[in-house]
Amino acid sequence: MTAKFKRSDGREFDELRPIEAKVGVVPNADGSAMYKSGDTIAIAAVYGPRKMHPQHQQNPSKGQLRCDYNMISFSVSERIRPGKNRRSTEISEITKWALEPVLLLGMYPNQVVDIFIDIIQADAGTRCAGINAASLALAHAGIPMKEMVSSIAVGKLDKTLVTDLTKEEEDYEGGEGPTDIPISMTHDGKITHMQLDGKIGVEQLKDAVDLAKEACEKIYEIQKKALKDAIDMGNGEKK
Amino acid sequence: MERKVVIPGEVIIEGEDYLPGEHTEKRNGQIISIRYGLAEEQNNLIKVIPLSGVYSPRRGNVVIGKVENINSNGWFVDIGSADSAFLSINEVPRYVNKDAMEEVFKIEDILIAKIWSIGKRGIDLSIKLRGLGKIDEGIIFKVNPHKVPRIIGKEGSMIKIIKDETGCDINIGQNGLILIKGPTIDSELYAKNAINFVAEKSFVNGLTEELTKWLKENKK
Repeated sequence: MTAKFKRSDGREFDELRPIEAKVGVVPNADGSAMYKSGDTIAIAAVYGPRKMHPQHQQNPSKGQLRCDYNMISFSVSERIRPGKNRRSTEISEITKWALEPVLLLGMYPNQVVDIFIDIIQADAGTRCAGINAASLALAHAGIPMKEMVSSIAVGKLDKTLVTDLTKEEEDYEGGEGPTDIPISMTHDGKITHMQLDGKIGVEQLKDAVDLAKEACEKIYEIQKKALKDAIDMGNGEKK
Repeated sequence: MERKVVIPGEVIIEGEDYLPGEHTEKRNGQIISIRYGLAEEQNNLIKVIPLSGVYSPRRGNVVIGKVENINSNGWFVDIGSADSAFLSINEVPRYVNKDAMEEVFKIEDILIAKIWSIGKRGIDLSIKLRGLGKIDEGIIFKVNPHKVPRIIGKEGSMIKIIKDETGCDINIGQNGLILIKGPTIDSELYAKNAINFVAEKSFVNGLTEELTKWLKENKK
């Protein structure tokens, strides 16, 4: 499927950057998590279910989800203007769509679950890191969910598929140029979100989804471990 | 089955012998958790005990709350749940002058009350039992509401140890707010730290011994 391809940081084509995950990083929140993939770090905090304000947005048939994605001004080498912009509004909405299908909010009428995602350091793949952190934080907040969601970006550099792009690879200029495909899926392989920036053939896209499936499996194991490690069962070591 | 930590979507157990209980779901003959918590089996019924998240009120719970609004029929009380609770004047065991509601409870007053009904329209509180009513003094602090049962212990055993050791009067609201009244501030803080110790170690086996040890070590 893929020819031998040398990546600038020496990774294999399907190798992920080193991942760290931790829950309970924001004591004030009802649930929170940190997700770090290489140099990309995302923090997510969940509040609620709580009463929806403004009141006219309340939905008496089910609870709602609200996402807020934000890049901290020092997260990239050139300072970005704080606050909402076109890009962050889009990613907030995308994150919401990626997570909503797994949540069971039927028992929370007129209420809202708020997720705040902050990217404190960015090196490509921030929306995926944000979704992974948010999924952890939602579970940590005790929100009923059918499944966990894991997310990864698969890229195409010239004609080769690679997993988990860095900023350097995203800016690759040779051949057909870079293509970026962020994909989110549940543990049983159902896709909740997929975007495409660039161009790719149908056959190769199928390969990309298979690559994402493999990567999401690895991420799921890390998310699972992070949640289980947070509870001290008192067996001497932290279990 | 042994108790274990489960995450949403995780298969707890397979087989047709088991029934899905609270916070679980049956999919293709597998019992699957839909919440993060501890999975437990009781007579083939599998349930998940949540460990985190906001307080979900239940009938009969004794809670501590803050008055946030007043109308001519009673008081709205914030008890930390998504729906605010209502204390009707009919549930106050004294004469209430409707023109001077503030004489009974002002906005920002803290009170301890019991949930006597939960309906479609909201939560109704009552203070008609002994020990309920306005709180005038003491320390109030918050713990995770899911750790309250552990702090109280089996038939109140854990909290009794702390009460006896510190000489404080302790009231625990099921919504995670705890009121401590003691002879001195030092004794109140001693009790508060002891409760936080229990909350932190709430899954440790043999916590009673650990607590006794901690109380001995930290005695002032």
